[in-house]
Amino acid sequence: MTRKLNLRIWRGDSTDGGLQDVVVEANEGEVVLDVIHRVQATQMGDLAVRWNCKAGKCGSCSMEINGKPRLACMTQVASYSEDETITVTPLRAFPVIKDLVTDVSFNYRKAMEIPAYEHPKELAPGEARMEQVDVERSQEFRKCIECFLCQDTCHVIRDHEENKKSFAGPRFFIRIAELDMHPLDMLKNRKRTAQEEHGLGMCNITKCCTEVCPEHIKITDNAIIPMKERVVDIKYDPARMFAGLLKREKRN
Amino acid sequence: MSGVFSPGRAKIKERTLRTDKWWIEPAITFGVLFSFIIYATFRAFEGANYYKDHLISPFYSPCLSQACVPEATIFGFTPVSAEIFNFALSPALIILIFPLGFRMTCYYYRKAYYRSFWLSPPACAVAEPHTKYTGETRAPLILQNAHRWFFYAGLVFNVFLTYDAIISLKNVEGQWGHLSVGSLVLILSSTLLWFYSLSCHTCRHTIGGRLKNFSKHPLRYKLWTRVSILNHYHQQFAWYSLGAVAFADIYVRQVATGAWTNFYFF
Repeated sequence: MTRKLNLRIWRGDSTDGGLQDVVVEANEGEVVLDVIHRVQATQMGDLAVRWNCKAGKCGSCSMEINGKPRLACMTQVASYSEDETITVTPLRAFPVIKDLVTDVSFNYRKAMEIPAYEHPKELAPGEARMEQVDVERSQEFRKCIECFLCQDTCHVIRDHEENKKSFAGPRFFIRIAELDMHPLDMLKNRKRTAQEEHGLGMCNITKCCTEVCPEHIKITDNAIIPMKERVVDIKYDPARMFAGLLKREKRN
Repeated sequence: MSGVFSPGRAKIKERTLRTDKWWIEPAITFGVLFSFIIYATFRAFEGANYYKDHLISPFYSPCLSQACVPEATIFGFTPVSAEIFNFALSPALIILIFPLGFRMTCYYYRKAYYRSFWLSPPACAVAEPHTKYTGETRAPLILQNAHRWFFYAGLVFNVFLTYDAIISLKNVEGQWGHLSVGSLVLILSSTLLWFYSLSCHTCRHTIGGRLKNFSKHPLRYKLWTRVSILNHYHQQFAWYSLGAVAFADIYVRQVATGAWTNFYFF
């Protein structure tokens, strides 16, 4: 069954732009990305939109649909009522390049700042063995498709541009957590650098990153809060303070 | 101009384009928490109507002040003076910092009140009104890291409140083996407080979350998986236990003032 859909698309670039209304056909079972492509094919030939897999696995078609950060390829048109106008804008936490395409290079710069996994020196490549229970926690974080919706919705950088220099964001906190929970990673001080260099302390746990994650990774409960607790272990834990372990860990 | 209105970002004048009723959840949270704060403040300063016939209000337990009625104390242990600088100190004021601190620094409540009271942010993808944000990196919010201290204190309080629930199984004459509505209220309140504490993120971390190798600690891993299940419902336990504690206090107050009669089943 076909219906007419009222779509409002943001068009412009980094200097100016605005919302433009279009009416487009939508077929049963289609997603927002499908109707955007139809607009591109029939009415706005120069509409810029980033996409790739159309299966929710590449993380390319991140945008904001009725104000919510979402993947356009995973958002059913049928989830909106027939008289509702669907508003589509680029991610609002990042600089816009053109129309629905934003410059997300901030995230790649942050990725480079996270120290990589450090393999035990005594184990040659291929010798490492791990139990399944030891890798399960990290495997959840490996589901990340780098759509950057969590980064987009995080108010620390969305609402405060100046924080971008000192805040890595939820996507990279799960990367840090993944490495810190890795049974074989030998790099010391991940907790301390997470707090002091990557801005873990700026997160106030409002869980928006978890709400928007299309892979349903429990970013806050399973990565950010455990990392905050690990920071408490080395900096604020009363039992460790009284035991005098704090100083010993500093020396390490 | 900052935030979503920063230069280079898509020029959109609205603070949010969300069309759902995103404000309902923070509004309800604000209303419930604010009501609780008003009531708890009134009760903390009242300094009366907290004990009647082996029922003690959780707001006043453990009763450590010399101003406490003798029956409400733990074996008569009252190390704290009834007055400080000629100011009559309600017994509740001495102890409430601990449960209050536990809830204030709780990872769930932080989300709740940052959104509903501080609007930081009021909801996801809704621009917050503040021009500057430093999170929990400096005073006073760096004190959120004291959650673990309050967690340990909260466990001690749970022991006292469980003791109170057991004591409530006495009848008016002090004989054991009786059950009243008041007993049920205190048992429910202390049970929910245990669930709230055991589902806490700090508990989850302490019991096993801090480990790198679960396979080397099978017992702690098993406990961690159990606490992780509880942790999934931490938000619910936070609200249920708050409501149960408030109701337990209301119930004891009503019984103490004579407005309600504590009904004994047997």
